[in-house]
Amino acid sequence: MATGHDDHHHGPAKGFTRWLYTTNHKDIGSMYLWFSFAMFLLGGSFALVIRAELFQPGLQFVDPNFFNQMTTMHGLVMVFGAVMPAFVGLANWMVPLMIGAPDMALPRMNNWSFWILPFAFAMMSSTLFMDGGGPNFGWTFYAPLSTTFAPKSVTFFIFAVHMMGASSIMGSINIIATIQNLRAPGMTYMKMPLFVWTWLITAYLLIAVMPVLAGVVTMMLFDIHFGTSFFSAAGGGDPVLFQHVFWFFGHPEVYIMILPAFGVVSEIIPTFSRKRLFGYDSMVYATSSIAFLSFIVWAHHMFTTGMPLAGELFFMYSTMLIAVPTGVKVFNWITTMFKGSISFETPMLFSIAFVVLFTMGGFTGLMLAIAPADFQYQDTYFVVAHFHYVLVPGAVFSIMAAAYYWLPKWTGNMYDESLGKLHFWLSFVGINVLFFPQHFLGLAGMPRRVPDYALQFANFNMISSIGAFLFGFSQLLFLFIVIKTVKGGKKATTQVWEGAEGLEWTVPSPAPYHTFSTPPPIK
Amino acid sequence: MLPSLSVNTITSFFNAVSRRYRRILLVLTLVFGSPALLADWALNMREGITEVSRETYSLHMTIIWICVAIGVVVYGVLVYSLFAYRKSKGAVPAKFNHNTTAEIIWTFIPFVILIAMAIPSTRVLMKIYDTEDAVMDIQITGYQWRWQYKYLSDKGAPVVYFSNLATPAEQYENFAGKVSAEKGENYLLEVDQPLVIPVNKKVRFLLTSADVIHAWWMPDFAIKKDAIPGFMNQAAVIAEKPGIYRGQCAELCGRMHGFMPIVVEVKEQADYDAWFAAKQAAAQAVADMTSKEFNREQLVEMGQTVYTTYCMACHQANGQGLPPTFPALAGSKVANGPIEGQLDVVLHGRKGTAMAAFGTQLSPVDIAAVITYERNSFGNKMGDMATPLQVYQLQQAK
Amino acid sequence: MSASPGHNSNIGNRKLIAKLVLAVVAMFGFGFALVPIYDVFCKVTGLNGKTGGRVAYQATAADIDLTRTVIVQFTAMNNSNMSWAFHPMQNQIEVHPGELNEVRFYAKNPTAASMTGQAVPSVTPSLSASFLHKTECFCFTQQVLEAGQEIEMPVRFFVDKALPKDVHKMTLSYTLFDVTENFAGPPRLTAN
Repeated sequence: MATGHDDHHHGPAKGFTRWLYTTNHKDIGSMYLWFSFAMFLLGGSFALVIRAELFQPGLQFVDPNFFNQMTTMHGLVMVFGAVMPAFVGLANWMVPLMIGAPDMALPRMNNWSFWILPFAFAMMSSTLFMDGGGPNFGWTFYAPLSTTFAPKSVTFFIFAVHMMGASSIMGSINIIATIQNLRAPGMTYMKMPLFVWTWLITAYLLIAVMPVLAGVVTMMLFDIHFGTSFFSAAGGGDPVLFQHVFWFFGHPEVYIMILPAFGVVSEIIPTFSRKRLFGYDSMVYATSSIAFLSFIVWAHHMFTTGMPLAGELFFMYSTMLIAVPTGVKVFNWITTMFKGSISFETPMLFSIAFVVLFTMGGFTGLMLAIAPADFQYQDTYFVVAHFHYVLVPGAVFSIMAAAYYWLPKWTGNMYDESLGKLHFWLSFVGINVLFFPQHFLGLAGMPRRVPDYALQFANFNMISSIGAFLFGFSQLLFLFIVIKTVKGGKKATTQVWEGAEGLEWTVPSPAPYHTFSTPPPIK
Repeated sequence: MLPSLSVNTITSFFNAVSRRYRRILLVLTLVFGSPALLADWALNMREGITEVSRETYSLHMTIIWICVAIGVVVYGVLVYSLFAYRKSKGAVPAKFNHNTTAEIIWTFIPFVILIAMAIPSTRVLMKIYDTEDAVMDIQITGYQWRWQYKYLSDKGAPVVYFSNLATPAEQYENFAGKVSAEKGENYLLEVDQPLVIPVNKKVRFLLTSADVIHAWWMPDFAIKKDAIPGFMNQAAVIAEKPGIYRGQCAELCGRMHGFMPIVVEVKEQADYDAWFAAKQAAAQAVADMTSKEFNREQLVEMGQTVYTTYCMACHQANGQGLPPTFPALAGSKVANGPIEGQLDVVLHGRKGTAMAAFGTQLSPVDIAAVITYERNSFGNKMGDMATPLQVYQLQQAK
Repeated sequence: MSASPGHNSNIGNRKLIAKLVLAVVAMFGFGFALVPIYDVFCKVTGLNGKTGGRVAYQATAADIDLTRTVIVQFTAMNNSNMSWAFHPMQNQIEVHPGELNEVRFYAKNPTAASMTGQAVPSVTPSLSASFLHKTECFCFTQQVLEAGQEIEMPVRFFVDKALPKDVHKMTLSYTLFDVTENFAGPPRLTAN
């Protein structure tokens, strides 16, 4: 079919080629979302292998080397396959609708940036079946474990990372161009919905750090195959340099996964509180400050590498500072609810859980920032609990909240509210049973990335594993709910939610294939 | 229905369940049980036995309580709002969406709290970084997957030995439900030779690695430092209480990362001196054994222990290895070829593979023993042997 | 700022995309630029205990600080697949800051083949690394030893008079790597 925005009055093409050739932001958004859900299940099944092995002390199911492949692939698939594409999918669907644009600015590149992903992940997953196994050096792939001591398949891993990086970079160029050039007349920057704002900042972060990730894996490639020694002390390189470059990418990457979540929650909480977002301006400034700070805190991941005292102090102080803008955001969300008129539909439940549990992750983050205490926390289950609290009830819950929130707009049907609430409560209980005990495990001395553990860790590990299976299988319910909603259900109105404001709620439900062919008027 | 039958059935069913899932039941009992039992549930960081570890602990607790206090306020307002402003209760939304005073206050107050946290943190950190004027230096080197301790001396050869996991594989290999040995009290946290240091003396550790990055973590000292190949890190401890303390490697270092524990024994000075003298004598005894004669059976027997400790993690108990990374020894060309070839591989390692040069790590006796064992086990029937003297002469040859 | 949708924005798009692509390329370059930046940073601060390269020694008696001494300790170790015998011939020496000292290290290749080794130095405490100057070191070059060959290798160094007064002991350690096939070329300019 011809490129979507050239002939505005045609509907989608039929059959598989619709999806292969589509340049329609809604089609591509849907593909991103389905892909990320598939990756969520794949990465989740890796996590269940891990939790099954850790259910009891002793090695019951998998060889330690395969266990290491599972921890590595779980991290990579969840970060690059599930969370990031899900947010890109949401951006594809919602950014044009929210700013009154007919489509993304670069529709053909949009198609390309999506279709790279399945191939990248097919390549990365195939390493599990290769001679010597897949990547087994953790998602942070520290040299020299990932270079001199890596399995042969590491080259495929490197190229897969390159492809994901290319996809993300193209995606973010597209989002920036859309937001900066395609806003409807009158939609000034400070009128943009917060989801758009957070994505604009996220896209700039991606532009800044994905090339650095590409650089670091390229250096690995050269060290492995071309005799350079960026990360090998023998040739004048330095393994610690790897960590500096990796975390220069890695820390902003963490915020790439959470800023759009802030945006989502900042859309949903006002809707179901029937009150405008408190402190819109300070939300924008706080998001920008967090993005800026993300570039000067990276070495807090490296407190135990033996940095000089001055370095430790600098990174400790700068990391502690992040608590300020993050606190502002939490206070703003809560003040939005304060004196509102609150109802508890599924998206709101997920968003409230987000605020509560993300704040938990914030507290442990503050504890981890304290360098001397971090010597006791670093590389233990305390860290595992911390970043899972930020990423699962943080990023993942916000994605689910977004899915429930916008599903009626996407499909034209209301989801089943009782099932949605059931899904929420199963997930909420599951996630806390899964991750809360891990705080205790870490404090009591259990290192992360171990396939077996001392007997005093047995009880909490068993509880954690039970929570993991509860949370994991609850997500099949989510799949069922989404499919049920796609197939039918109560018809959704244009506005869908009583308190919803914004351009996306002015188009019919389901949103027509082409929207805002003429720019909408902005109040 | 016969009531007795059903009671028996239920009892036996319950017994079967409790046998199978007694840990689950234990968990439930503990959750709903008395608080006294909570002692078995390690919930928190250890206070440790050094000034630094105690200060770290109190810093950790201070920050937890600050977080709890903030949490009470923040969650309190949230929960109140959720109850007080429910639409179902007829709440009418207010119109405000901005309040500069409030926003300035809640930006400023966290600043003050952070500064209050930063001051003690800085103080403790500076104390941790003070490694000057130690009475002794111990070099700690991480290997895949064991620790080497080297007591540096003013003159003469240093005392140096490896510290290996002492938990036998029968305890941790439970594949397909196999339980061939009960797990011991210090399962995975026990070693053959611990690090030994004197009490109340400042000891400096120099940390490095011979292969990948490891991290030496002793929670009771509040020390966690990366061991990085090519670089030397340092840390210092003044242990205040004799005893045995246990920790683990904290940086992912490959297949057996979870199986390289750290055990430190803190001894009174006199006990330490006696231990050190014995260690030196033992090192001399090992050196003397080089010229001693052994028969094949003796070497095979000694070799089995060496194999279990140093070779089994890769080449596996049955000599089948984990190809392609770790090749099999059973039926291999090297273990069934000329003995000079095997001596070369074991002594000098194999470039570009995970095979280390054990000539610089193990004694001639151990090397001769393990080679002899490998040539006469796993179905290999070479019938020959390597002698310690042969190994020693190879190392000395010009 | 806001443009109307559709084709009108193509020119705006093109400009913006050009800028963004440039940013991507620049950040890719920045990743690589971090390598020399890090090296310079390490050298200036002594981060990671990296010592500098060859330094000329031209001190007079007045430049030697006889009022204090510093213990310089030596340790040597092998990377796990390096088979050479390698150790310092003196465990430690006591020196006055400013005076030139020499110690020797012993190395031997016990294998039946010619091998190349590279020793990598590291100084603890790392902040004192920038105060240890070497006028001669076997670590400046790769060492080639024939089968069975043994050598004694000198290190000549002096401790800077500016060494902070609270440092009483420095440890100079070397890790020996087998570089027989890899890294055939000279090490990066910043090595040592």
